[in-house]
Amino acid sequence: MATDLLLFYLFGAIAAGASLLVVLGRNPMHSVLLLIVSFAALAAIYIGLEAPFAAVVQIIIYAGAIMVLFLFVVMLLNAHREDDAAPPAGVTSGPLRAGGVLAVLLVAELVWALRRAARGGDALLSAGPGADPAALQSVRALGNRLFTEHSLAFEVTSILIIVAMVGAVVLARRES
Amino acid sequence: MSSVSIIGPALNGIIPVLCVTLAGLACMLAEAFRQRDERMPIGGLGVIGLCGAAVAVMLLWGRRAESFGVVRADDFGLFVQLVIIGVGLLTIVFSPKAIERDRLPAGEYYALLLFAVAGMMLMAVATDLLVIFLALEVFSLALYVLTGLRRHECASTEGAFKYFVLGGFASAFFLYGIAFTYGLVGSTHLDKVTSAVQAQALTGNPLLLVAMGLLLVGLAFKVAAVPFHMWTPDAYEAAPTVVTGFMSTAVKAAGFAVFARVVLLALEPLRAEWEPVIWVLAVCTMILGSVVGVAQTNLKRMLAYSSIAHGGYLLVALAAGGEMGRASILFYLVVYAITNVGAFAVLALLSTREAPMEHLDDYKGLWHSSPALAGLLTIFLLSLGGFPPTAGFVAKWYVFSAAVGAGQSGLAIIGVLTSVVSVFFYLRIVVMMYMSEKQEAAALPQLPGTALAALSLSAVALFYLGVFPTRLLDLAARSVAGMF
Repeated sequence: MATDLLLFYLFGAIAAGASLLVVLGRNPMHSVLLLIVSFAALAAIYIGLEAPFAAVVQIIIYAGAIMVLFLFVVMLLNAHREDDAAPPAGVTSGPLRAGGVLAVLLVAELVWALRRAARGGDALLSAGPGADPAALQSVRALGNRLFTEHSLAFEVTSILIIVAMVGAVVLARRES
Repeated sequence: MSSVSIIGPALNGIIPVLCVTLAGLACMLAEAFRQRDERMPIGGLGVIGLCGAAVAVMLLWGRRAESFGVVRADDFGLFVQLVIIGVGLLTIVFSPKAIERDRLPAGEYYALLLFAVAGMMLMAVATDLLVIFLALEVFSLALYVLTGLRRHECASTEGAFKYFVLGGFASAFFLYGIAFTYGLVGSTHLDKVTSAVQAQALTGNPLLLVAMGLLLVGLAFKVAAVPFHMWTPDAYEAAPTVVTGFMSTAVKAAGFAVFARVVLLALEPLRAEWEPVIWVLAVCTMILGSVVGVAQTNLKRMLAYSSIAHGGYLLVALAAGGEMGRASILFYLVVYAITNVGAFAVLALLSTREAPMEHLDDYKGLWHSSPALAGLLTIFLLSLGGFPPTAGFVAKWYVFSAAVGAGQSGLAIIGVLTSVVSVFFYLRIVVMMYMSEKQEAAALPQLPGTALAALSLSAVALFYLGVFPTRLLDLAARSVAGMF
């Protein structure tokens, strides 16, 4: 139990610290790389919560695919260090205020949710009909359903991805 | 047994879709191995695939083949698949000239077109909301790209982008509806949804109405029902004209197949809840499509509003429901597909790079410079307007009498009135083509013989169905009877 808690705090601290550095960093490339660290730490927390599927998806989709997109955008836009063109002092106050309000709202929501969860018996958290929570969590069970019940959907997805790739190439390539 | 069983009965239901998908992949490969400047009949691969699919559909007829537990090739679905295949074939026949004119990448064009056809065909036979969603995304993605294929034109890119953003939004609505359905029923399979709704276990559950509403919004967007039609004129104008003909008809066929499956089958016990919604959608769609169509001076936009209005008539048939309503949906889809693809094809054949022939005034005196195309366009426009003895008249007649039979006389009256309004803008073009003096005609482009033959065949079919509609009507009635 103690190790669990220790690991949770460790990865929590890494996630929070990395996220802070993402926002505060001046170099967009560093921000993107730190965001990967933050996502990886979140994935570790998911494993601690016995949600291995969520953890794997977090790594593959967020830390993998989406971050590659971010990196490409940063590189293609040739983004410079932010302090090269620091905005005048007055401009930042608006976004800061909006961000402050959002932060207060999020903290309030977190407190509300935690109090509610602590009281227990939350109807919204219970799984719907036909959904066995244990089966939903297990990667093996998910894989089994994906390749039996939903095998056609799985195959159709591959066609969908081919269409997306062909479309992207057609629209984006240089005219010959 | 027949050749179908070679691959094993479990796959039977998806063989038509498989044929078209393979043809699409073959087009991609052919393009990849094509030498620069080598001419290759890539469209022919598509024709082969579509013909194969058509044969497979005939062989599957009446067998009610089930595959993977999520596809049921009942006669209703197969009928819609045949309509989509027909539209695909006609589109491929009219495509070479458009590809040449706009210098479109042929391999990718045919591949995307065939993938779109495959997606629509899958949507017509799918019985699981998840598969329906994936099929919807397959053809939507392909259509977004086909819309924006004329990259050298800003308007084309703009229309495609609007279509893409709004379409993505609508897909999200549809997906959210599926998520709610799953949360309530514990399954995305339409049969399970049907039995759950029939068991009345969910009666009065507001989440069921939320799920239904979200699904309806997603579908209404795809069939361009008012007020979810905003993208339609821009996207239809942006796309290459042949593609416009394709997407204005085949999407409606696939969309109404799902509409019928979801609304008339799974949610039939909730008729009291969705009927007013469909009623309002139908009325708004018919009125806006016809009235705004009158004000258009660009022929492609005018036909775009016309196809919005025709979506409204299909919604009338949906609201009517019952055997006759469902059969009239099928009949209307066939007639509308032939007519609209034909009309857009004439536009596509007339336009050249120098003279796009999109403005109404361009059609002044067309009769003098190109009597054949003017005559064909006249037939298509008259059928769109619902003049006897064309098939358009019978189709509308059948829809409206289904509505009256179901006690929806109000809808039928509004339908007839809006038809009269729309006749104005169809006839205006006809009058311009014949009555106006001959203009200094821009040199008309050379007409490919196959395209002209296909158009003539379509026109003959419209007259045939207008005079002898019974055989097709019987077929439609029999194929909806097997739905339950």
